[in-house]
Amino acid sequence: MSEILLTIDGKEVRAKQDMTLLEAARSAGISIPTLCHHDKLEPYGGCRLCIVEVESRGSKRMVVSCVYPVEKNIIVTTRSEKIDRIRKMILELQLAHAPDSFVLQDLAKEYGADRNRFEKEPSFCIHCGLCVRYCAEVKKKNAVGFVDRGIRKEISFIPEIASKECWNCKECFPLCPTEALQAAYVLIESLAFPSASSQSVSER
Amino acid sequence: MPRINSPAELEAFRSSLLSERDPNKTCITLCSGSACHASASREVADSILAEIEKQGLGAEVEFRRTGCHGFCERGPIIVIRPDEICYFQIKPEDVPEIISETIKEKKIIERLLYTDPVTNEKIIHESDIPFYKNQGRIVFGSNVSVDPKNIDDYLAIGGYSALAKVLSGMTPDQVLQEVKKANLRGRGGGGFPAGNKWEGSRNAPGDTKYVIVNADEGDPGAYMDRSLLEGNPHSVLEGLAIGAYTIGSHEGYIYVRQEYPLAVQNVNIAIEQAEEYGLLGKNILGSGFNFVVKVHRGAGAFVCGESTALMTALEGRAGEPRPKYIRSNVVGLWGSPSVLNNVETWANVPLIINNGADWFTQFGTESSKGTKIFSLVGKITNTGLVEVPMGTPLKDIIYKIGGGIPGGKKFKAVQTGGPSGGCLPEEMLDLPVGFDELTKAGSMMGSGGMIIMDEDTCMVDVARYFMEFLTDESCGKCVPCREGMRQMLKILTNITKGKGKEGDIELLEQLAETAKEAALCALGKSSPNPFLSTLQHFRSEYDAHVKEKRCPALSCKELINFYIDPEKCQGCGTCAKKCPSEAIIGGKSMIHIVDQEKCTKCGTCFEVCPPRFRAVRKISGEPVPPPIPEEARTIVRKKKEK
Repeated sequence: MSEILLTIDGKEVRAKQDMTLLEAARSAGISIPTLCHHDKLEPYGGCRLCIVEVESRGSKRMVVSCVYPVEKNIIVTTRSEKIDRIRKMILELQLAHAPDSFVLQDLAKEYGADRNRFEKEPSFCIHCGLCVRYCAEVKKKNAVGFVDRGIRKEISFIPEIASKECWNCKECFPLCPTEALQAAYVLIESLAFPSASSQSVSER
Repeated sequence: MPRINSPAELEAFRSSLLSERDPNKTCITLCSGSACHASASREVADSILAEIEKQGLGAEVEFRRTGCHGFCERGPIIVIRPDEICYFQIKPEDVPEIISETIKEKKIIERLLYTDPVTNEKIIHESDIPFYKNQGRIVFGSNVSVDPKNIDDYLAIGGYSALAKVLSGMTPDQVLQEVKKANLRGRGGGGFPAGNKWEGSRNAPGDTKYVIVNADEGDPGAYMDRSLLEGNPHSVLEGLAIGAYTIGSHEGYIYVRQEYPLAVQNVNIAIEQAEEYGLLGKNILGSGFNFVVKVHRGAGAFVCGESTALMTALEGRAGEPRPKYIRSNVVGLWGSPSVLNNVETWANVPLIINNGADWFTQFGTESSKGTKIFSLVGKITNTGLVEVPMGTPLKDIIYKIGGGIPGGKKFKAVQTGGPSGGCLPEEMLDLPVGFDELTKAGSMMGSGGMIIMDEDTCMVDVARYFMEFLTDESCGKCVPCREGMRQMLKILTNITKGKGKEGDIELLEQLAETAKEAALCALGKSSPNPFLSTLQHFRSEYDAHVKEKRCPALSCKELINFYIDPEKCQGCGTCAKKCPSEAIIGGKSMIHIVDQEKCTKCGTCFEVCPPRFRAVRKISGEPVPPPIPEEARTIVRKKKEK
């Protein structure tokens, strides 16, 4: 497979053709923050925290590095005033839901994000989808999924599957950037009160 | 009907069809689009059929239920051919008179004619009515002469001749060059050149390729694609088949929204008839080209109008967009190259093939060729669908065709491009409509929605409305859209409720930047547009709401009070009687007073106060004057002799 030569933060990087910008950067020791990325999972592009700037044939644009394929001769910038400003905003939006998440707090420190910028609506889940995708792609069980859409979207365990699969697995718990609180909570609710939890979903 | 096996057979069949059709035979056409159905065109149709029968005219008079004529404000519409006599707002009880007077006696019924509101002149012919006269209907025009449920009608006006031309005498590359030369740009939103999109798919590796019709039209107030698909489905199918031939596809999908039952019905009938005639399916017109079309009904998500979300939904998964860094014309539906265009774009294709790119490019501006259909709605006299050449000034659409603003109100803004578009003020009405022109002005063409707003519309509330719509329709996959809009909607709602704070507008601007730069799909990226364009052109309204807690349009409920002017109130009691919350202190020959504590601001008193008094006022940004003392409330009537 042919190699692709590109520049990331002034450094010449050789990448494999099927790599994403994120993979190429990380292979060269350049770190880009992510929340929804996992090496074992298909790129998702949900949290948008890994946004970078790409300059190609004289024009610049913002792209999300976890899903953007490497291209010949592009110039990538992973930190700038604008990139930091957008990352800060994304973190502040997420902190409204999971103000006590350690992962978010660490990132907030780096980007100067204010956890009190938006009114708190603690729901713990930040919709990174790691649990949902891990269960589907790696475990192939689909015991946890998203329900509804937009601002009403939330994760929910499917009681019929969860009651069989989850107790012996729980591999999704450590993936959760908000300390698995929501995942554990929803799981317990689904298993203990299968009828109540499915009802509460259908009512929304 | 036997299959048609070659272009020559198609022409022979067309000739025989035309020879059976006498152009001078009286034909009553009735608009049977969705808008006219809502105003009882079905009942009118029943009544026409019954009356023709009753008056024994079955052999002499033809009756045709057509698609939407466009002038929805005045439906149901009847056009009597060949004289082109046009009657509006027909009720079933008008029908016997139309048959006996106009059809039998050739007499015009004055009261059913269109009256020009300016000159008060009665107009008989459709083509003389300003609404129609000032349009250029190359795509939509056929709607009025075709029964969408009868393929013969489409064949009679030259239907499928473009497909025959392509299959018998053009290479896929020649077709592609013609479409590229015509510079046909996508009518669904982005305005991407269709030819380039097709070329990408044609050149992409893979044996399986798809063509898709995007009929998931979801912009509030927009129904152009609906009316085309309902009224002339074969024109879309013909365009789609030509596209399929060009890129080497043998399978097409029509993704149509659940809410369009008549479109679904008509396009399914059309596919069935076209297959019967050999115009779709295997070995089309004996050319060896195979192409099948399937209809897929959407499940009611606005975001599925976005190309990647639509394809994900077609695959049977939740309709969420995916990153577009590799275009779907290369990796699309089930990973195969897929060309997706909207209904109107496909319907333009047969016209370009039949008449040539040079004919097509004579309409329009430098970068936007052909025509565009707009749905003209909101505070406008002539609500309806209009098709104009690209480059027509907004002013002409609104005033010459649309007839201006009703009720003597002042124009305030025109919203184009749907929820992702923007609002343009009066100063920009000379702007010619075109993809780049509208984008440059801070709005966009979108799929052609055009909502007219008058002076009573609050622009902050408009931004809030669209934000609410988009928040509801966001798929929730990415943070800038899901969370950013949640916050933007909260802030905008607060501003319209008088709870705006210093710094709110700046915060909105930062959230807008995050959405624009970082959101996953076009819905998210363009979601701040309604806010940004209203801020750009109507900043003073935002300032008034935030700083003075005043709504200049007197529209935001929380910021207005209803007040009865004691100088003007004549104590007629109408408002007190109609007030649903008993908030008006009345009394015979007493000056009425609004009890501000009880008032729910429904506005009923404002609407029912007789125009000769106009005593009820809306107040915003200032305190309500104290109620006049009880002893001063008795009205002393002026003496008549004075």
